[in-house]
Amino acid sequence: MGLISSTHSISRYHVDGKIEGSITEKVRNGLIKHSIPKIESEYDEILAGWAPVESPYNPDFNKFSFLFGTYFLFSLRIDKKTIPAKLIQKYMVIEIEKKKKESGRDFLSKNEKSEIKETVTDILIHKIPAIPNVYDVLWNYEEKNLYLYTTQKAANEFFETIFLKSFNLKPIRLFPYTIVETKSKFSNPQKDRVLTLAPLKYSR
Amino acid sequence: MLDIATAYNKYKFLGNDFLTWIWFLIETDQTISSLLNTKDAVTLEVGNSIVLENKLGDKSKEKITIKGDQAGLEEGTTALKKGAWVTQINLICKINEDEYKFTIKGESFNITSLKTPKIELSKKEDEIEGLVLEKAFFCFKIFEVIDTLFLKYLEKRTADDWNNKGLQDVKNWIESF
Repeated sequence: MGLISSTHSISRYHVDGKIEGSITEKVRNGLIKHSIPKIESEYDEILAGWAPVESPYNPDFNKFSFLFGTYFLFSLRIDKKTIPAKLIQKYMVIEIEKKKKESGRDFLSKNEKSEIKETVTDILIHKIPAIPNVYDVLWNYEEKNLYLYTTQKAANEFFETIFLKSFNLKPIRLFPYTIVETKSKFSNPQKDRVLTLAPLKYSR
Repeated sequence: MLDIATAYNKYKFLGNDFLTWIWFLIETDQTISSLLNTKDAVTLEVGNSIVLENKLGDKSKEKITIKGDQAGLEEGTTALKKGAWVTQINLICKINEDEYKFTIKGESFNITSLKTPKIELSKKEDEIEGLVLEKAFFCFKIFEVIDTLFLKYLEKRTADDWNNKGLQDVKNWIESF
């Protein structure tokens, strides 16, 4: 479980909006609807979805909790198939030689080579297992704060898309500007003053 | 609210200016607890790395990275004098008896390498909730310190006397190297 590991990387979000009705039930439904499939897809190069923190590789939100105290805690799992370039190169050489022999020619056209590359990549994608990456999500619903335990851009983008789809709530990434907009108690004139600031020059 | 991507780029300097100010606070022994208006004893120290950036005449940038547990920060202070600002800093924050170490990036406020105070790890099911809550508390605590300091900085920066007082203090500190 990433949250209880010894070091963390964290990006933060402000969650805009409210869930109407039973919050826990709606969160459970969103998690189940967009949980990562138990059976790995042979054809998808990349697959992402929710999983319980206590059982990320056998996702079952009916068996494992996502409610810890007053917080929601679950994981985002992203399974990605990555084919090493050298493996593609190896099978391309084999297939090109095979085709040359079959056709009796000494060379293949650019188009033929890219067709072979496509076929080789397709075959390898089916054969190679996806590598799972698991990132914890800690959601303090009351405070509208959410902590994603990664700072990887791709994971952040997947998270933002799946979160919006699951709960119909928009997660707003927290950085200097959005902290002022969402977390400060500044008055509007004060906010306006912040927005007119320019980078400082400390040196003379 | 502005478009998120536009706002990120337009106002990332606020985070970098803030980190430079944090370094100033640390080096000039300012009392963090009173800035935070808290009864907790909060202290900050520069940890094992600091990254600065300086715009050169054309569109290129100069990047100065200082790393190491006992590294001297002279290159950093020289860079500040030349007009650089801090873009990333590793900090050690003590809140009463608890110690936190982390690296914060100015433009995103992303936190990496965060080490929170140690807790006893357990695999027992009934204790997992306790561990989660304790870890969550530590994370909330450190972000509370960062956000409060950042908003305090903006309060000072937008105050009428900033140019004569706040900015001048930082400039005097930089000039003192």
